[in-house]
Amino acid sequence: MPPVDIDATVIANARLSSDYSVLSLAAPEVGRRTRPGQFVMVKPAGVTDPLLRRPFSVFEVLRNSAGDVTGVSILNKRAGRSTKKLYELEPGDVVSCLGPLGVPFEPVSAPVEAWMVAGGVGLAPFATLAESLAAAHTPTTLFYGARTAGELFYLEFFERLGIKLVLTTEDGGQAASRHCVKGRVTGPLEAALKTAAASGAMVYACGPEPMLEAVAKLAARYNQRCQVSVERVMGCGLGGCYSCVVPVKPTFAKATAGGHGDEHANLVRSCISGPVFDGAELVWE
Amino acid sequence: MTPDLSVTLGKLTLPNPLIAASGCFGYGLEYEQVVDLSTLGGVVSKGLFMKERQGHPPPRIVETPAGMINAIGLQGIGVHRFVKEKLPLLNNAGARTFVNVCGTTLDEYVEVCKVLSQADGVAAIELNISCPNIKEGGIQFGCSLTGTYDVVSAVKKATHLPVIPKLTPNVTDVASFARAAEDAGADAVSLVNTFLAMAIDVETRRPKITNVLGGLSGPAIRPIAVRMVWECYQLVKIPIIGMGGITDARDVIEFMLAGSSAVQIGTQNFVDPFVWAKVLDGLNEYMTRHKIEKITELIGSFDPTPPKAVHA
Repeated sequence: MPPVDIDATVIANARLSSDYSVLSLAAPEVGRRTRPGQFVMVKPAGVTDPLLRRPFSVFEVLRNSAGDVTGVSILNKRAGRSTKKLYELEPGDVVSCLGPLGVPFEPVSAPVEAWMVAGGVGLAPFATLAESLAAAHTPTTLFYGARTAGELFYLEFFERLGIKLVLTTEDGGQAASRHCVKGRVTGPLEAALKTAAASGAMVYACGPEPMLEAVAKLAARYNQRCQVSVERVMGCGLGGCYSCVVPVKPTFAKATAGGHGDEHANLVRSCISGPVFDGAELVWE
Repeated sequence: MTPDLSVTLGKLTLPNPLIAASGCFGYGLEYEQVVDLSTLGGVVSKGLFMKERQGHPPPRIVETPAGMINAIGLQGIGVHRFVKEKLPLLNNAGARTFVNVCGTTLDEYVEVCKVLSQADGVAAIELNISCPNIKEGGIQFGCSLTGTYDVVSAVKKATHLPVIPKLTPNVTDVASFARAAEDAGADAVSLVNTFLAMAIDVETRRPKITNVLGGLSGPAIRPIAVRMVWECYQLVKIPIIGMGGITDARDVIEFMLAGSSAVQIGTQNFVDPFVWAKVLDGLNEYMTRHKIEKITELIGSFDPTPPKAVHA
């Protein structure tokens, strides 16, 4: 189904910290079509600064009290000019929102467990994935790492879904009433992989590139499948500009979102062949 | 009265002047899901060499004020796969396909054009002698008057298809290059390709894109591109396809007033993939408001009378 482009009104922009906010957009059509792992291209509407949209995983599919889909939210972290402007938006402002786009996560069901591994803003694709895994009663764990405890967000959201949380902070700080392991998220992940049940786990990862590489290699070492959601500088989101390419192994041949020749390429477009890839098919540079 | 938007480029007639620019529209088929390709005047393919090309390592683009710098490096599938895999689908979609032809040598331009001459459904060849991002060929031809003349002459001998060299703005006098192309038998010229540019990350002191240098496009370059079209229009008789930072119908009209017979939309396609219908609506509105029956009346009809004094 083709993506839709909506001038979406900002419903809320909840600042979670001085860097992070959850930007909620009135985009019901986008929300209804979104599958976990897909993304939207957004920018403030009607301006040339920024000129290009930026890609964001759909964070939440928003619903009203009757259960009808009313829109989507994105998890925004201030990193540059564009994300700063998004952080500063207020309810009533308008955002151009194109989506949903890209290849979603492939779900798993029991007895295979789902292990979601998030680093920082890489939490973004896991709220919708957690909801769908919970609905399918797949045993699910979230390994979630941040620099500090103040940057671990939405913990109650995942707990309410019955997701087991394994938290890490680089500074060793503790989140209220929850234990955090000091260090990187890959530490507890490797410990879990060593003792994984025979039925195995599907590892889902999103976060900084070194984390993705480490997670994909750990999963391979312990013979577990791994899906990673990559982030690249992206121009269009539709396969038109060839900006967001990632190197893949010759074994890469999966049926992509649209194909368009990526099935034969060494550098494939993360917008239409991703953003979700089999971790074993990427070349880590 | 429905305004007549059709334009001609030599032997070619297009239903409207809007053409998707090379490198900004994939192979066209990527965009089928958001726009009916038959409603465009034409679609220009990504640049094609004889063989497949990998392109540059990412990051390949960076946004700059009202624009972007790109150095994709002409990643592409090569002319043979294009003819086999893409062209039939473009024809089925009703697209008028312009093929952007690249070469590292004069012979390669000729060979690619020969392949395309034998294929069904190529509307025209856009000769890429202006990509700023590759080391060999390309812009070497486009930055030399004799190189431009030689490559256009050689290609014209090798194909019956209309040949449209795409000119670089990275020269002192672009109009002289349009003239060289015309003298060599070009059927039209398209201009401008991107402006050679560079951006530095001041925190790391490193380039913002891997290739260091890239091509600047987007609204930032529009006034310079309009000026260059106007200069060429005064010097050559062959049709001009104008481009550079077009975002809406107003911009299209500006390029046509400056002398463009048709235009290309590139970067805006990334900003808004649904731009095409909006521009067509805008053209119809403008023509109705100004009581213009045929859009071709606009071409080069710029009035150089000084503007009335405007007080801020």
